[in-house]
Amino acid sequence: MPETRVLFRDIDAPSLATIEGYRDRGGYGALKRALHELEPDELLSSLEDSGLRGRGGAGFSMGKKGSFLPRGEMEKYLCCNADESEPGAFKDRELMQKNPHQLIEGCAIASLAVGATYAFVFIRGEYWEIADILDRAVAEAYAAGYLGADILDTGVRVELIVHRGAGAYICGEETALLDALEGKRGNPRLKPPFPAIQGLYGGPTLINNVETLSNVPHIVNNGADWFKSFGSEQSTGTKVVSVSGCVQRPGNYEIELGIPSREIIYGLAGGPPEGRRVKAWFPGGSSAPVLTEADLDLPYTFEDLAKAGSMLGSGSIIVADDTISIPKLALRTARFYHHESCGKCTPCREGTNWTTKMLDRVVRGEATPMDLDIIAGVQEKIIGHCLCVLGDSMAMPVGSMVAKFRDEFEATIEAARQARPGELEQSPLDRPLTTGAQAA
Amino acid sequence: MRPTDELSAAERRELIASMRPEDAEGVPALAELDVPDELREQIETAMARYPQLRSAAIPALWAVQRHYGWCSPEGLRQAAAVMGVTPAYLEAVATFYDLIATSPIGRHRILVCHNISCWMNGADELLGAFCDAAGADRDDADHHGASSADGEFFVKGFECLGACDIAPMASIDQRYYGPLDAADALAAIEALRDGDEPLPDKALALRPAAGGPDPSATERAPNAERPDA
Repeated sequence: MPETRVLFRDIDAPSLATIEGYRDRGGYGALKRALHELEPDELLSSLEDSGLRGRGGAGFSMGKKGSFLPRGEMEKYLCCNADESEPGAFKDRELMQKNPHQLIEGCAIASLAVGATYAFVFIRGEYWEIADILDRAVAEAYAAGYLGADILDTGVRVELIVHRGAGAYICGEETALLDALEGKRGNPRLKPPFPAIQGLYGGPTLINNVETLSNVPHIVNNGADWFKSFGSEQSTGTKVVSVSGCVQRPGNYEIELGIPSREIIYGLAGGPPEGRRVKAWFPGGSSAPVLTEADLDLPYTFEDLAKAGSMLGSGSIIVADDTISIPKLALRTARFYHHESCGKCTPCREGTNWTTKMLDRVVRGEATPMDLDIIAGVQEKIIGHCLCVLGDSMAMPVGSMVAKFRDEFEATIEAARQARPGELEQSPLDRPLTTGAQAA
Repeated sequence: MRPTDELSAAERRELIASMRPEDAEGVPALAELDVPDELREQIETAMARYPQLRSAAIPALWAVQRHYGWCSPEGLRQAAAVMGVTPAYLEAVATFYDLIATSPIGRHRILVCHNISCWMNGADELLGAFCDAAGADRDDADHHGASSADGEFFVKGFECLGACDIAPMASIDQRYYGPLDAADALAAIEALRDGDEPLPDKALALRPAAGGPDPSATERAPNAERPDA
């Protein structure tokens, strides 16, 4: 099954990243249409009708989110979440690198739809070279009058600012992103109030992912019905899926939502190397509960993956083949969330810390099968009890690995105990790990 | 000052008693500091871009780091003076973020991703190869990062850099390269020592989309009939 390229159309044409190349392909036509032919409410309802769901992880209807912003004269803001830090996700990077104007046009149209005068693209600091590309494209768009105090002489003002982060996974969480953008430590805020009511600088704020906003010009150009002609009833459109791990052709593939997951992993990405089998796979980044070989025929949609007990998330598939140790994979996963926990709330700060230590004991053979029950219990106590979803993001995959691969965990404990009775090497994890709150 | 972990209980009590709010440093007077013109200009430009000036905190930290190689206490005071905030405010922000260095680090910054996809493809070995080639401590590199004795290199095992398609990979002086092996690590370090661009043919910037240039056989015209699924 081939790719279905909408956002990725002509993706490798060198001219696409320039304003001329983008305009030659019809670029900024949607912005003109949005300015001259459509009212903000029509824009929002068209986005809602299209069924476009957020591509950053939560999968919430973009049009509906936009409609939550109050009307009126107060200052409103748009934030594009380009912090893409979820392990396994790298789609926004390629979209911004190769087609930055598609995102800029999407930001401008979304700003019109909600009446925002300032739009920010919060890009992770690690993507320095991509931010440079974005800066150049924004300068081109200002020069051509698509951004600024008086866009295309209509009197409408939209300013777009590229804001570089400085390295913190938590800043991809929408309220932490707002704090970081306000020049603070990137700690999540208690919700409600939701950002749509009280977000950046206390004003109503719409926050959307890069891929979500990149879809907007296409919906304005071609209509909601065209968009709905792709995908399933509850998962409309195409999706750029990042496939990585144990596959032969890792990379970004744009697919129509609803094709079998097997087609993505084997058909497009080539599957695991010759002679190996899929053992476990994360369907939606490292925060998604893992699935197994038996789940490969699931249609790749929000609803089917949710039904299977996992999630589509950011659309990032990580494949682990039969050479990968699941306990070690669980440790790697937990260690990441431990490092990135901001430390503001206890279940996440302590839960990620102790889970990492317990999994380390499992891998070193110092654990007993009873520890597995404790690990599973800790995950249950984290889920739903944190300020933001970072704690849950560790608890869900780790919990699923212990549940689905319990035999392997027990075998690992036993094998490690027998291999080295009494002379266990000291693990590097006995040393304090850096956390988001400590310096580089 | 010594880390608080190393203080005795009595020393800690003394330290806490010595910290009184009225003694905290206020906003430094700009006139009393010798802020380099270039740094001041960069921070003021950033402040002018945002509706609220504190949003310029992270851009200001980047500017300090570019100028001094790290966010030194003096650099932070200078930035605080330009922004009209206290140095403590900027330090609090600086210590939160992984890319901001609050202690001196090696000149070339090499971040080796050791998250899931890169780990499955040999990231631990790659990190070791970079450490060996650069002369950085392997164990420290995996935690807080390690600088080489000559001050040329800083190597750190980093969390997901968002480039799992080129696993195992590294960010070298803020550019992405991959997939890399031990020989590439050695070649990169040598190129950096000679002042050349490391591994130009492994740069992410040059990589085409995984599916090839144009497999768009199923491009659908606007308002086309929905094919039977």
